[in-house]
Amino acid sequence: MRLTGEALAALRGERVVFRNVGLALGPGEALALHGPNGCGKTTLLRVIAGLLGLMAGRLALLADDGSPLADEDRDRAIHFVGHQDQVRPQLRVAETLAFHAALLGAPRDAVTPALAAWGLAELQGHSAALLSAGQRRRLSLARLSLQQRPLWLLDEPMTALDAASRQRLLAACKAHLGQGGMIVAATHEPFIDGARVLTLGVRA
Amino acid sequence: MRTFLAIVWRDLILGVRASGGAALSAAFFALILILAPFGLGPGPSTLQAAAPGLFWMAALLSTLLGLERIVQPDSEDGTIDLIRMSPLPLELSALAKIIAHWLTSGLILTVLAPLLAPLLNLSFAAAPVLALSLLLGTPALSAIGTAMAALGSSVQRGGMVLALLALPLNIPFLIFGASAVASAQAGEDPTQALLLLGAASLIAVLVGTIAAAAALRIGDE
Repeated sequence: MRLTGEALAALRGERVVFRNVGLALGPGEALALHGPNGCGKTTLLRVIAGLLGLMAGRLALLADDGSPLADEDRDRAIHFVGHQDQVRPQLRVAETLAFHAALLGAPRDAVTPALAAWGLAELQGHSAALLSAGQRRRLSLARLSLQQRPLWLLDEPMTALDAASRQRLLAACKAHLGQGGMIVAATHEPFIDGARVLTLGVRA
Repeated sequence: MRTFLAIVWRDLILGVRASGGAALSAAFFALILILAPFGLGPGPSTLQAAAPGLFWMAALLSTLLGLERIVQPDSEDGTIDLIRMSPLPLELSALAKIIAHWLTSGLILTVLAPLLAPLLNLSFAAAPVLALSLLLGTPALSAIGTAMAALGSSVQRGGMVLALLALPLNIPFLIFGASAVASAQAGEDPTQALLLLGAASLIAVLVGTIAAAAALRIGDE
């Protein structure tokens, strides 16, 4: 699977957040989006996820035979972890991830191993209201382990994570790339070694 | 189907556990009707005449209460992105949210109303018609409310705006519902009013589902 974009431009409200952005990503490759606040990193991720329309340019997720994926197939090929946590205080930890699994169409029995993989096994019966910011973040990230999907879109994935959790995230990303996956991540800090860097928004 | 049920179940849990959910809506409904005899005076004929309208007004107002929690928290925490990217068509996700809202509002009011009927001296014959009219009509209130909630999800603290948007669309159901109960109380056959109510409700659920899905789709642009 490949991701290609040419001459991309997008609007946020009335404002053009970026224009003339190109990107190309193949199996096993990672792209780090850098740039100051408000430069359009999140917007670009949402565009790739199909949640926002483009103002101009061409963006496609290509299957191995080079044909672009239809919208439903694209949705099934992407894990999108936004900068919010998608965690409600009224739900328990395991309930939250089980709900995410149902939305993704991932098997129910993937929930417990995914919680364990992100160090949340002991917390699964707890109310999500009791989680710390870092634990909530891990709970959102845990859905990466529910199901294999070729393209991960991560928006500020390191926020609030402690050192051990960062290592866990990096290890998960490396394993994903090792299996021929792709990652696009918006981040302010150095992310994966060897990731290509796209710097957005040198503002005019 | 599993995704659909998961959305219903999750919104149901949230509706029961969250403050401002099912319990508040039921309590508000009961309070209006408990207070009515004090405000209108205990004259049995006054209360009896006002009862059909009062029940329906209380139902309409208490379903407005929960609207803010249907979509806005999901759009704030990004859950709506997951719902939009899920393989389930967005119309069905919207329908799941409507059903969950109805289960935590309209259904409870339907069960509660006949129990409160003696307070307003509603005639014995009219109580089942009241319950039936709420059963038929409240799904429309949930559908219209959900569509408005989806439209207003980008507005911070949009509860007031939502109420104002939803209210005029709800008025036909107030009229049909109250008139069905009133005609049953007057000893007339309420079938026609109930059929009209049911038909209008069916249309509202259909249009509300499509409108809510469309609003969710453009919500972010």
